Parts: sequence; structure tokens; C-alpha cells
Amino acid sequence: MALNDATTLPKETPMKTKKIINRGEDAVDEMLDGILLAHGAILARADHPRAIVARHGPREGKVGLMIGGGSGHEPTFVGFVGKGLADAAAIGNVFASPPPDPALACATAIDRGAGVLFMYGNYAGDVMNFDMAAEMAAMDDIEVRTVLTTDDIASAPRDEAAKRRGVAGNFFIFKAAGAACDRMLSLDEVERLARHANARTYTMGVALAPCSLPHTRVPNFELGPDEMEIGMGIHGEPGIERGPLQSADQITDAMMDRILDEMQAAPGDRVAVLVNSLGSTPLMELYIMNRRVQARLSGAGLETHATWVGNYCTSLEMAGASITLMHLDDELTPLIDHPCECAMFRVVA
Amino acid sequence: MKTGDDIRAMLLAVADTMQANRDALCRLDGVIGDADHGIAMAGGFRAVAEALSETAGATPAEVLNIAAKSFLNAVGASSGPLYATGFMRAAAAVKGKDSLADSDAATLIAAMAEGIAHRGKAGPGDKTMLDAWGPAAEAASAHQGGFAETFAIAADAAEAGAEATALMQARLGRAARLGARSVGHKDPGAASAALMLRAMADASN
Repeated sequence: MALNDATTLPKETPMKTKKIINRGEDAVDEMLDGILLAHGAILARADHPRAIVARHGPREGKVGLMIGGGSGHEPTFVGFVGKGLADAAAIGNVFASPPPDPALACATAIDRGAGVLFMYGNYAGDVMNFDMAAEMAAMDDIEVRTVLTTDDIASAPRDEAAKRRGVAGNFFIFKAAGAACDRMLSLDEVERLARHANARTYTMGVALAPCSLPHTRVPNFELGPDEMEIGMGIHGEPGIERGPLQSADQITDAMMDRILDEMQAAPGDRVAVLVNSLGSTPLMELYIMNRRVQARLSGAGLETHATWVGNYCTSLEMAGASITLMHLDDELTPLIDHPCECAMFRVVA
Repeated sequence: MKTGDDIRAMLLAVADTMQANRDALCRLDGVIGDADHGIAMAGGFRAVAEALSETAGATPAEVLNIAAKSFLNAVGASSGPLYATGFMRAAAAVKGKDSLADSDAATLIAAMAEGIAHRGKAGPGDKTMLDAWGPAAEAASAHQGGFAETFAIAADAAEAGAEATALMQARLGRAARLGARSVGHKDPGAASAALMLRAMADASN
């Protein structure tokens, strides 16, 4: 039996992409094996092979922070597990939410009587699976709260901001929430600060070339040789504007125009900056973009408190980049500066 | 009369169909989503088939509950909770029965549709798998006939429903972010639902 309407299918791509993998279906578990071998001093498996916890994170009376989602975005999510940031990550298949079991194993492993906060990007599958896990945790007398990240301003209009998806801004939002947990704040206060961090974080992305899943090794969308797409999601979801490839300054301006318009900052306000590669766009191009980002910030009278440039939230080998600004205030700045020691990210005091 | 072993055979047939259509479903999903739907369905039903390998003599409800749990744990994603809830509802609807009568075919299909609707909160016309399962449940419930025949009629309705999603604008799931750009493309979840029902119909013959 075959799908009967072949006319609606794009024609098969003859060329398979090249990847350094063994079997596609083993990619996620073999990656986790490698991560644990590299970072065993920081990370350990909980009572599920896809539940990764921080060895030195959870402690008596501290709210536990669990993050999670599909694989393929490394260092998001597993790379941000460690003391001072997330206590655990529940790992799904490539670009797919984990089922409830690993999330429940994480919650059980990191609960120290003060409750657990679930944080993840706003996608339908993640919401269903993590909500099921939260219901199961409640049956085990673990108090779970949930804060969804919705930083991708291209994914829905401003008046429907709650429908937006979570992308690279996760990095700042998780960082702030993890610091609040590490400062031993209550679950109520951690939840409030996490929502506050999410509300003040804005991301725009641009895609230049597709990625391919390890199982299929077929590009997951088509983009012409001289085209780019602004606003594309980190799973290749179509964006808001497709057009000819432009210069770094033009692309950066298009993204910064929208971010600054959303952020409504006053001169003198401070921001944290993330210029992120979607996978294969190199540091050279990210730093070229950052040069323009900083020029635009200066032009708007804004001050940059801290800048991160590199691979923080990727889409396998997708080419492209995203810009995230977090609009800092007196509550968020100390949380961003708070030290953390994760497998793939550190902030020193 | 259908036993648990018969239900198991139907689910094994679904596993074969999903494996055969894995890449086609991924391509369909690539147009309006993230190109992984075929992987989820093939991997999920492969796990179901493995979990059912040592369940000879189980009741239909036991088989369906094993399918729910193994599919959910293998997949996650959106289809995991949706189909897990559907299978659990179907199991509950035939709980305690050692074998199923002809009329239970419609009961199973309707329970699947209800479970999927409950978990996903989708309505008719949202361009989701429910646009295949909803018409399938209606057609099955309206039909008085044999077990395999009821599944075949449900599969016909699901195929028509899946075709009709091409004209819809997505209101739920990843494709909803496309707005009007989702029109013109068949929903992959509805397409796999139709494949599933057809495989079950053929295997119950």
C-alpha cells in the first residue's frame, strides 16, 4: 500500500546527505552515551536512559529545574544541565518531544521537597507529553509548575504572543530560571521570574539551507540556491518572508528592526545578546552579524551587558542564524550573571 | 468474532504499512511541518510490534493497552500522546471481553477518535488527524455489518477526510504557524490515519 495521492508530494530527492552516524535510529542514544563519557563529572543518567541529571545541581529545599525537548538542537537542552542552571533534561527523538516517562524520571530525581519547574518550548507535542508527566508526578506528590518559552517573535503576531514557539531565547530564559533556583528562591518566585524572563526575550532567525534527519538523510525543506527565509523555525517550519539572499548587514537589520520594535526599550536600557548558529553557519558569519547588532544597539541608545556568539540552539546542520535580545532589568541582570557549570556552558563568578 | 490475537495481527499490519510509507510521510510532513511524521509512525508501530511479540492469548483490551504504552514511549512527539490516548480509550471500550463482535469494530474506531480529540483538543476542519478519524468514526457508527467491512468503510471515510485536509487551513500543531500557506497540502497526520485504518481493514478480512 502506498499513499495514494503522489501529486501532493514533492519529488524524491535523489541525493542523501552525508552524516557521521551509525544507524539513524541509534543517533540520539549514541550521542547521549558520548556526552556522558565526556562530561561524567557533571552529568549522570537518572532512572531512564533519556533522563539526564546534574550531579551537583539538586539539593535539599531547592526548586528543581527540568528542561527538555527533541534532540538535534545541541547544546540545547542537555548541554545546559549543571549546577546553577538546569537540574535535569528530558531528551526526545530528533525534533520530537520526549514521551512522559523520561520527564517523570527527571522530576523524581531532582525533587527535593520544594517542587519542580518544567520549562520547554511551546510546541503542541511537548505540551501534551510534559503535561502527562506533570500529572503523573502530581500523583507521586511532586509539585510541578510549567513555564513555556515563546521567544520566537516571527512565529505569531504580538497580540497572539502566547502562541509563539520557543527557540534560541531558551538559553537566556533557562539561565535566568536556573539561577533563581540556585539562589534557593521559592517555587512561586522561580515561576514568576521565569515568566518575566520569557516575556522580555525576543528572537528572530534566518535560514539559508536545510538540515536533514539522521533517519532519512533527506533535506527537510527546499530553499533555492540564492534564497533565504526570515523567521523560519528551528525545525524547518516555514517563516514569514522568503526572498533573495542579502548581505549580512541587510539581514541583520531586517531582524533587528523587528526585535527592537517588539522590545520597546528606552535609551539607556541594557540588553544581553545571543548571536546563534543554526548549525553549519560559521563563527565568522556570526561575528559579522554581531558587529551590526552592536551598531544597531548603539544607534538605539541601548547598552550591551553581555554577548554570547556561537552554537547555542541548533537545528542539526541547518545553515542560518538567529539573534536574541533579552531586555534586562534589575531582576534579570543578576540572574544572567549568576555562575553556572554545565557540560557545554559555563559562567564564572 | 475477533480475539486479542486478531487485533494484534491488525496492529502488526499497521507496522508494515508505516514502515513502507515512512519516507513518503516524511516528505508530506516536510512541506508543512518538520518532516519527521513518517519516522514517528514507523518507529512507534515498530515498538508496538516488538511489545506484542509475546502476547499470544491476551485479550483485545490488553493488546490495545500494550500498544498505547509502547507507542507513547517510543515516539513522544504529538502523535505519541494522541495515539496512546486513542488506544487506551479503545481498550477501555472493550474491557473484559475475550472476543469482539462485529459491532465492536465501530466501538473501537469511535473510541480512538474520541481519545484523539480529547488529548489534542482539535475540532473538525482544523487540518489534523482528527479530520480522518472523525469521518471514520461517523461512517463506522452508521454502518451495520461485519468487522472487516466496518473497518473498510471507516478507511474509505478516512481517505476522503485526509484528501479534504488539502483544502483546509491548519489551526493546530506546527502547520498552524503557516496560516494560509498550509492550504493546498494534505495533512500528514490525516494521511497516516487513513493508511492505518486501511491496513487494519485489510488485516481483519
